[in-house]
Parts: sequence; C-alpha cells; structure tokens
Amino acid sequence: MNLLLVKQEIINLKKMEKTINITLKVWRQAGPKAKGAFETYKLENISTDSSFLEMLDVLNEQLIRERKEPVAFDHDCREGICGMCSLYINGHPHGPDSAVTTCQLHMRKFKDGDTITVEPWRSAAFPVIKDLMVNRNAFDQIIQAGGYVSVNTGGVPDANAIPIPKPVADEAMDAASCIGCGACVAACKNGSAMLFVSAKVSQLALLPQGKVEAARRAKAMVAKMDELGFGNCTNTGACAAECPKSVSLSNIARLNREFICAKLKD
Amino acid sequence: MAKKTEELKDTAMEATKKVVRAVKKKVVDVVTDEATKEAVEAVKTAAKKVEKAVKKAVADEQYVDGKVPEGPLAEKWTNYKAHQKLVNPANKRRLDIIVVGTGLAGASAAASLGEMGFNVLNFCIQDSPRRAHSIAAQGGINAAKNYQNDGDSVYRLFYDTIKGGDYRAREANVYRLAEVSNNIIDQCVAQGVPFAREYGGLLDNRSFGGAQVSRTFYAKGQTGQQLLLGAYSALSRQIKKGTVKMYSRYEMLDVVIIDGRARGIIARNLVTGRIERFFAHAVVLGTGGYGNTFFLSTNAMGSNGSAAVQIYKKGAYFANPAFAQIHPTCIPVHGEFQSKLTLMSESLRNDGRIWVPKKLEDAKRLQRGEIKGRDIPEEDRDYYLERRYPAFGNLVPRDVASRAAKERCDAGYGVNSTGLAVFLDFSDAINRLGKEVVAARYGNLFQMYEKIVDENPYEEPMMIFPAIHYTMGGIWVDYELQTSIKGLFCIGEANFSDHGANRLGASALMQGLADGYFVLPYTIQNYLADQIQVPRMSTDLPEFVEAEKAVQAKIDRLMAIQGQRSVDSIHRELGLVMWDFVGMGRTKQSLETALEKIKAVRKEFWSNVFIPGDKMDLNVELEKALRLADFIEIGELMARDALNREESCGGHFREEYQTPEGEALRQDDKFSYVSCWKYNGEDKEPTLLKEPLDYEFVTRQTRNYKS
Repeated sequence: MNLLLVKQEIINLKKMEKTINITLKVWRQAGPKAKGAFETYKLENISTDSSFLEMLDVLNEQLIRERKEPVAFDHDCREGICGMCSLYINGHPHGPDSAVTTCQLHMRKFKDGDTITVEPWRSAAFPVIKDLMVNRNAFDQIIQAGGYVSVNTGGVPDANAIPIPKPVADEAMDAASCIGCGACVAACKNGSAMLFVSAKVSQLALLPQGKVEAARRAKAMVAKMDELGFGNCTNTGACAAECPKSVSLSNIARLNREFICAKLKD
Repeated sequence: MAKKTEELKDTAMEATKKVVRAVKKKVVDVVTDEATKEAVEAVKTAAKKVEKAVKKAVADEQYVDGKVPEGPLAEKWTNYKAHQKLVNPANKRRLDIIVVGTGLAGASAAASLGEMGFNVLNFCIQDSPRRAHSIAAQGGINAAKNYQNDGDSVYRLFYDTIKGGDYRAREANVYRLAEVSNNIIDQCVAQGVPFAREYGGLLDNRSFGGAQVSRTFYAKGQTGQQLLLGAYSALSRQIKKGTVKMYSRYEMLDVVIIDGRARGIIARNLVTGRIERFFAHAVVLGTGGYGNTFFLSTNAMGSNGSAAVQIYKKGAYFANPAFAQIHPTCIPVHGEFQSKLTLMSESLRNDGRIWVPKKLEDAKRLQRGEIKGRDIPEEDRDYYLERRYPAFGNLVPRDVASRAAKERCDAGYGVNSTGLAVFLDFSDAINRLGKEVVAARYGNLFQMYEKIVDENPYEEPMMIFPAIHYTMGGIWVDYELQTSIKGLFCIGEANFSDHGANRLGASALMQGLADGYFVLPYTIQNYLADQIQVPRMSTDLPEFVEAEKAVQAKIDRLMAIQGQRSVDSIHRELGLVMWDFVGMGRTKQSLETALEKIKAVRKEFWSNVFIPGDKMDLNVELEKALRLADFIEIGELMARDALNREESCGGHFREEYQTPEGEALRQDDKFSYVSCWKYNGEDKEPTLLKEPLDYEFVTRQTRNYKS
C-alpha cells in the first residue's frame, strides 16, 4: 500500500469515529408513585462531539417524532455549575468520566455499539418525580437548618476589617465549590449526605464570619440530615470519588470534629 | 425633561368623569327645569370636549418620565432615602410581596424583604433557588473600594459604566449603582463568601475591560456561584424563619392587575401541571434576560423572557429590546444538535492571535477536516483583527471582535466543519513566553476547552466564535425600579436600567445584587406605605379568575395544535433568523426580512407544533412551548427596535451607521433616548414611547479604540 492510500484510510477511519450507534436502557417512571421500568432505545449516528445531554435531546426529538412522551430529566446551565443535572450512568453518578457533571460528559467517552444504562439518583431522601428527575428538596432543607451566617442586609463591617489568611480562604473556597447536585448521596451505599453537609459546615467554620455560630450550625444541619432519612457515613469515600467538583473527604473529618466539639460543650 | 405622566392623565380623566357623573345626576334630579336642563347639557358637552382633549394629549404624549429625583448627582440617592416613605414593622407583617426568580437579584431581594419583616412569596422554575443562572457567572464583581489605591472612586466607576454603555443609560441609576457597589462587597464577605485574598489576608482584585483601575473582586472562576450561594443562604435563613415561602418548580404565567395595580400572579406548578393563583400587595420580577431568543446562547437552557412578555402584554413598557451583548470568545457550534454555547474568558485575547486562512481553498479543506490549522503556513494566515485594527489588534472591544469574526465566516473562511469558527492561536505566545507561562495564565481555560472540543490548545489553535451572552434591554423601570404598572417592580438583568447599549465585564453581578439588597428594599416601601390599608384580597376575585382562564385557554390552544414539529426544531429556526438578521451586523433590509421571517415562524409555531403528554402533568415540552411563544414576541420586538434605532451604539450595530474605519456611529441628536415599547394587542403594532436621556453631569464622547 502506498502512503497516500494509508493517509486516505486514516481519514476514512477518522470520519467513522465521528459518530457512533448506541443502545440506551433508560429508567421510565410516570410519576412518584408509579412503578418504573427500563425501556430500551436504539440511537444511530450520534456525534461523539455531542454531550451526553445533547444525546438525550436527540433521543427525545426521536420520541417526539414517534409521538411518544420524551424522557424527563433535570438540566439547566449545561456547563457544570448549576448542579441541576443528575443521572446515574452505567453505575456512576454523572457517568464514567471523572470530575465532570453529566452535562460535561461527552459521547466520545463511549464506543460504537455500547449499551448505556441511565437511571435517576437512587436514594430514599431523593424520591423520583418522573423518569430521571428526582426531588432534592432535602438539600434545601438542610441548608435552611443552619447553612448560613446569621447576618441581615446592611450594617456589616467593611470587607477588609477582618483579614483572613490566604490558605484559609482558599480552603474555604474549595469546600464552597460544592454544586449541591446530590452525586455524593447517589454514590453512597448508605445514601449519606455527609459530604454535602460537611462542605457547607467546613466553608463557614473556616471563615471568621462563620465561626461565631459554628457549633450551632453543625448540630442543626446534622440533626436535619438525620431527620430527612439520609444514611450514616461509613467512610467508604465513594462520595468524594464521584464528586464532580472533587470536594475533599477531609471536610467530613472537619464536620465530625465540629460536631463532636459542639456536642461536648452541651 | 419629560413631564407628562400617566398620573397626570389619571387625574385629568378622573376629574372629567366626576363632572360627567355630576351632570348626569343633575339631569335625572331636575328633569322638569328646562333652563337647568339646558345648562346641564352645555356642561355635559364641554366635559366631553375636555375628555377628548385629554385623550388626545395623552395620545400625543410620547415621553416617559424616569422620575429621577432633583438635586446634584451625588446627593440624589441619599436625599431620596432621607425623604421616602417607610412602612412600620407592625404593618410590614400585613403586606405580601411576590418575588419571581431566585437569581442574584431575586434571591437577595426576597431575603432582604423577609429580614425586614414583609411576608414574601418567592418563585423559581428550577428545583432549588440555588440553581438560577447567576450561578454560571465566572469573572467577578466590580466595586469602587479603591483597595488597590489606584485612583478608583464612585465617580470613576459611574463614569466607566456610562461610557461603556455608549451613553445610553440613565445617569442617576448608574451613579446609585456605583454608590452601593461597596456595600455589596461588605455584605457578601459578612455572609461567608470566600473571595480571593492576598497573603496579607486582605481582598484581592483583578482588572477587567473598560477600566483603568483594578476593581474586580472574584472567587476563583466561580464568582457568580459564590455570590448566589451567599444570597441563597440568606434566603434559606428567611425560609426557615417563615418570612419567605418558597415555591420551587413553579412558573409564573401571568400577572394579575386590579384597578391598575399589580396584585398577584398566576403560576403553573411544573410538577403537577396545576394552575394556581397568588395574591400580593406588590409583585417583583427578577427573571433574567432573554438571550435564549437566539436558541443558542451562553444562557442556561431554562432562561427565558416569558415573565417579561406577560407584563409587557399587561402594559409594562419593554425598553431597548435591541440591546444584546454578543461575546466574541465562545466555543463554536459543533453540529445541529448543539444545545448551548460555552463562554471562554475574554482574557485569552491578551496573548492569543485571531486568524483565518487567506485562501478560500484552505478554509474549505479545514471545513472538510482534511487539514489542521497548523498545516497552514504563516504567509497564508490572515490575522484580520491586526490587519483591520492595527492600533488595538486582537484587543478590540467585544462588539468589534465579534462582528469581524462573523464577516470572515460569512465570506466563507470559517475553520471548522460548520464553517462558523475562527482560530485563536497561542503558538506565538508559547514561543515567546514558554508553555509554562501560558499554562500558568490560562491553564484552567485550556483544560475546559480540551474537555469540550477534545483538542489540545497547546498544539492546535483554539477555535472560537461569538455568541449571545447578555441582554442590556428589558422591562422599563423608573428610578424606583417600578415598571409602568403600579406595584410591579423589575430588578436585575430583567430590567433595562444600568448598562445602556453595552455592559462592562463584572457589572452584571454588581447590578443584580445592588437592586436586590440595597435599592428595591428601600424603593418598594415608598409604594407600600400607601398600601397598608389594603387588606389581603381573595384570589376568587374576577380579575384572578379571568387571568387564570386566559392562561388555561393559551395552554389548551397549544396542546390542541397536535402538529408535526417539536418545540426545539421551531426554536432553532427562530434562533437562526435572529442570528442571521438581528445579530451582530444589522441593516434596514435585514431587519425587515427578519420581521417577515419571524411572522412565518410564528405561524408555523401556532399551527404545526406538537406537544406530547398531558397538561396536568410534568410536561417539559409544554413548558418549552409556552416560553417559545414568548421568545417569538421578543424576537419581533428586538427586530422592530433595531429597525427604529437608526444609529450604531454599543452592541447594536447598524451597518449603515459606521465611520469609514468601521466604528459604531451614534446619532445623539436623534436617538439619545430609551425606546419604550407599549403593547397594543395581538396583531397590532406596539407604540414607541421615549424617555429622553439628558446628560447633566457627563459629556458624551465617541468611544475611541484607535489610539
């Protein structure tokens, strides 16, 4: 074979790589109380450049053409920051790629002919609303229990009045990067929300502004978490491994410290 | 200054009606007295004449009054606050306020009003208030702290914002914005927002476009997220306290007007499909911009302009709809199923060089994927920005860079498979500075690019293309952020107020939080102080029933079409029309074409859309259809406004109005006003009203990027 032919062959191969055919097994559930089941769909010529959610858009377009109901799933910003998208893909929250949300997962991570299983978050505290959508209101309730600094608008000191060492501010920022998607709960075999709770407790406990009511906060948020049916933490670390924002397990250690100190003071 | 207002009209009409009523009563009372009867008839005729004259005067009246307080610029807000009416704590509990939206503006307003003791109902379409699109803002937030000792001041921030907006914003509002900017930073730090800090423990700043000082506060590349989570935490605290009731996964579908005042909303529970009625003494909209009219934009998928359109149809003016910002450095469209565009920071243009091939055949080969950018020799590359704008080169303003890219791609020189991309090349910078320096400056952006495009930007030039990013236009509001409907307020990106024809970087976050934390909570009291006698109204009043009926009818009409096309496919069509004809370079002809084509899209939508499923269920297609119906209205309004505005300013570029060098050419003598569009009913053209922009404190200049 001469060189030109080889080159042509490579170009042809490249072209073929650009689209794939896949089989989807998608969880369909008409409502919170309905019985759900997997449905199988075949999709052809999916561009490997498209994101996972764009692939689902294609599926929905196809279903609408067949005059069927499209698959309901949560999504919004599609750039990995709003925390709205979820999906348990092939056994992983946010799919097989690391440190990305589902909306940032691209179809080039899959091969031609793959069968892909798509499920909603599975957790008692996140009941299914419809198909792949779940109710994550429990997270809001945990924040409402104490995930804030109790200051009103106005009447606060100048922003530079209290210096904060840069490493502390950076560490608080890392904890604060949690997007509240719920992947940690979905990944945990106990359905624990410890990583989520600890990220907020850590962020605020690290900063002098939040330290004032740190003890009260830790107790209130943990109590609410327990009340809402989240499981206990057994330190398997699945949450941090699957977290799309790489929130560190060390936050859980800090939460435990804060919580125990607070309880001891009681 | 425009003086005649709706109030004037109301007073005159009321007086006239009183006379007519009195006269009628008299006629009945004293029918027998012929002389009196005659006199009464005369008065009656005269009264009718007065009524007619008033009506004509109002019709002739084209001007809208922004109700800017008197006095020197720097004292207006202080004086306003000193003299406005307040509501005492006991009465606050008896007053209900609806806040629609939970972005920076909505969440901060709801939280602050709750803290004050008002009874707040807060709505959002997402599953949680923490997800509003403010969360995606990257760069930072401006404030005039002058922590860097580089000569910043409230006046300088005000001046930069006015100039950046190409002299199409209201002076007094912008000054107030600059004034409260410092309070915002204090507030956020107190809430535990982890802003970037220096080793000494004090806050760090970075520089942004359109300013000579370093005044941008930031939290990594996630400033919007951290500010929103701050507002969300304040909101959560109020939800816990019971001062705010949160309605997630609810979408406002109409505003309810009773006796000329906003008294509530009709909203759809997105989970059950139920239409529900909500009363309040005042309604606040913080529902964001309408960039998604273009289908592809950097906005979130759910961002929409529907709340704005609904209140527009009820009488609120829509101001400057044509003013939309197109950001030059976004990751390009890759194919027909693309759902949204991702922004790459503007800072990349500091070291990257923008180019396309000189030869058309090279471009064609790039488009077919036969060659890569690096295969094209130096002498065959066209660094068109450096060629056309030698003084500023790759660092021309956003609007100029965007237009130039489009021009090259329209001429066929686009560099990716869709032909809609240009190269942003770092090879020179890498040769000059070394890979490590480039990585230190832009590493995270390069990584993000590689995730999405699957190409290594250290090896291959990046591909970028402009995309719709922000809308400066929006609902018209006066100095108090009140719309032209009494008791209806509009804050954040949803209103038109502070950015003129172009927004500076890091100013959107500033405006959202200024409105929500520090402006609206004051101004709304000036309105509510007169409402303390108004009892909570029943939602069974005919106005509520009618509004709900109209919403139901609209939904039924959509569900009944049962056509052949999905909502998205029609939305894409609208987006293409907008991009091609109401995009970066507009002409009289293109805008007239757009109006025709939008008409066709509207017809197609209302006759051929298909919405599967049930209206009394979670139905995403129905939600999208309702929003698209309104995007079509906005698209038309944008084209109409752009057609009317025969000048180029900021993000609005009419090709007929440019300097020989291709710079925007303002027509201050003719268009120094805010276009306020007033709805006149379906199939009727809206009326254009004007709020004149008198620059009392700043002298207008031409923006210069040449020398």
